[in-house]
Amino acid sequence: MSTLKITDLHVSVENKMILKGINLEVKTSEIHALMGPNGNGKSTLLSAIMGHPKYKIEKGSIYLDDINILDLSVDERSKAGLFLGMQYPTEVSGVTNADFLRAAMNAHSDKPISLFKFIKQLDSEVEKLKMKPDLAHRYLNEGFSGGEKKRNEMLHMNLLKPKFALLDEIDSGLDVDALQIVSDAINEMRSDKFGAIIVSHYERLFDLVKPTHVHILVDGKIVKSGGYELVKKIDNEGYDWIREELHIDLKEEVGNYDK
Amino acid sequence: MNKDIPVNDEYEYGFYDENVDVFKTEKGINENVIREISKQKKEPEWMLEFRLKAYHHFINTPMPTWGADLSDINFDDFTYYIKSTKEQTSDWQEVDTTIKDTFDKLGLLEAEKEHLGGISTQYESEVVYHNMLKEVVEKGVIFLDTDSALREHPELFKKFFNTVVSYTDNKFAALNGAVWSGGSFIYVPKGVKLDKPLQSYFRINSEEMGQFERTLIIVDEGADVHYVEGCTAPVHSKDSLHAAVVEIIVLDGGRCRYSTVQNWSNNILNLVTKRALVKAHGSMEWIDGNIGSNITMKYPACILAGEYAKGTTISIAVASKNMYLDAGSKMIHLANNTSSNIVSKSIARNGGKVNYRGLVSIGEKAFNSKAKVECDTLILDDISTSDTIPNNIVKNNKSYIEHEATVSKVSEEQLFYLESRGLTTEQATEMIIMGFIEPFTRELPMEYAVELNQLIKMEMEGAIG
Repeated sequence: MSTLKITDLHVSVENKMILKGINLEVKTSEIHALMGPNGNGKSTLLSAIMGHPKYKIEKGSIYLDDINILDLSVDERSKAGLFLGMQYPTEVSGVTNADFLRAAMNAHSDKPISLFKFIKQLDSEVEKLKMKPDLAHRYLNEGFSGGEKKRNEMLHMNLLKPKFALLDEIDSGLDVDALQIVSDAINEMRSDKFGAIIVSHYERLFDLVKPTHVHILVDGKIVKSGGYELVKKIDNEGYDWIREELHIDLKEEVGNYDK
Repeated sequence: MNKDIPVNDEYEYGFYDENVDVFKTEKGINENVIREISKQKKEPEWMLEFRLKAYHHFINTPMPTWGADLSDINFDDFTYYIKSTKEQTSDWQEVDTTIKDTFDKLGLLEAEKEHLGGISTQYESEVVYHNMLKEVVEKGVIFLDTDSALREHPELFKKFFNTVVSYTDNKFAALNGAVWSGGSFIYVPKGVKLDKPLQSYFRINSEEMGQFERTLIIVDEGADVHYVEGCTAPVHSKDSLHAAVVEIIVLDGGRCRYSTVQNWSNNILNLVTKRALVKAHGSMEWIDGNIGSNITMKYPACILAGEYAKGTTISIAVASKNMYLDAGSKMIHLANNTSSNIVSKSIARNGGKVNYRGLVSIGEKAFNSKAKVECDTLILDDISTSDTIPNNIVKNNKSYIEHEATVSKVSEEQLFYLESRGLTTEQATEMIIMGFIEPFTRELPMEYAVELNQLIKMEMEGAIG
């Protein structure tokens, strides 16, 4: 059992404060859904936990059990058990997906994985995700369709077996079949050794991957937390009720910080 | 992104040996030196006359004023000929132990045993070791050092020598003509195709010694050969000069691939003229890697002289601290339906300067010809620089040239992505660089690709800022 604990986190981008005091505790075996209008800091939170250099921590702490995550470099956070599944995975020309994955798996282990063992694991996961077999041997994300990129992120997650996955709009651009496959991949990871924070706008993902906790993030703060019923409410009513219930002025679309 | 890429200024192959020379000319260059070289080599009279003509052309030609600054070169600082063993030998056991150690450090014999059809190693100015697999000889292929070829095949030699790169071509081709020594001579008879590459390993050992090898390759009609040249040189305090000439003749329907990975240490001046004449339906491919030297000026060229002749250059250049690499390619289209392709990948880091300089010329009578140039540059920090200097000329309206160029930095997003999966900044940077040069690496024979990857990894090792 592990715990990811975020306390009073303040994060700025280019001198603009985006997160204004986030408190969140996620345990393995839990799935936390993070919802809220665009441009309010959901992606910023996930990227800041992973250590993206663009995001500056102004205040607060992030602990993975007793490890102060903020003291670690990006790769050390990965090795400590964090995984960020990105909304827009980067393309890297000339580097095959398989070569990169093997390097990543070796980085996570004391001794290098044998080629035979690696290929066996890779092939099995590729099959589960119903990916085209050649995707493993193509250049990293280059020429992948939107859906293929998302499935590829799941492939990376399944092979790296993180303690906590941070999944940023992993369902966007997926058709019904692909959504089912991606959901299956997340559900298969679910155990008392795995927890996740999942950002999505859509009920359809959370129907397939039932969250244990749901949070609504508005203007850099978690303004409401609850269970699966919150997902239903947002799906039916949107976010307008928040304004009335909590007397918050909802900011609309100040831009997506991931782009 | 403003992360500096780490430097490793240690040159891995920078060991050097006890001096095993048996003969060297006085320092500097003059007629006596040239006569002495010719006498030592017991050359025919015509070669001495050629050397002297070239010498006079050399002293009467001014330094080039473009590209790298060469004004500091003092030609009297160099020794132009050193003979390091008395006899060539084809038995490895007989090679002087010191020389053998050097080659062992370079891991040469293993490579030979496993992959290569024949090998020619040049230590100082004379080729000391030469061996060929039996099957290559049986096919009638001639693979000799150039000095031996002059003795053993004088007519073939004289017919092609100086026909593609004339001594009047440029100052350093003239210098090479005057003092050349060693290099490889290859003749592949009509229709003979070699499955395995032939290779030569060059090595400069003496301080301030010039190395002026001369390579001549003749690929007869329908023949096919892949020649691999590798270069390393140890570190010395004074500059050394390397001015080679490579002449290649590809006759009708022949194919030649010439692969080089040069890793000269950072005090070498590398001024090389490489050119191929390609006849009808022939194909010439230059696979050219430059990751060392102080100054390099090198533009492998193809003269596409027959219909449907094809020229290809795929090159990389990696410039670090105190390095100026001015490299590229030339494609001269003289006949109908000729085609050429240049792919150039340049990397500048730690204050290095790397230029792409190229010429593609499609002549008035070269109808229906096409050329493609792609040059990409990756700059790894804010103190390194690069220029792209293409020169594209089409003189008829039935032909075309495509040109693409990009200059980029290693992006923060790419680094973050790779690091978020557990790679350190160094590993991630290295992986992005390897990916960038992959179009080059995949063209190399396996063992060279492995060696190149190792060299680049070593270049990138060290603390990160």
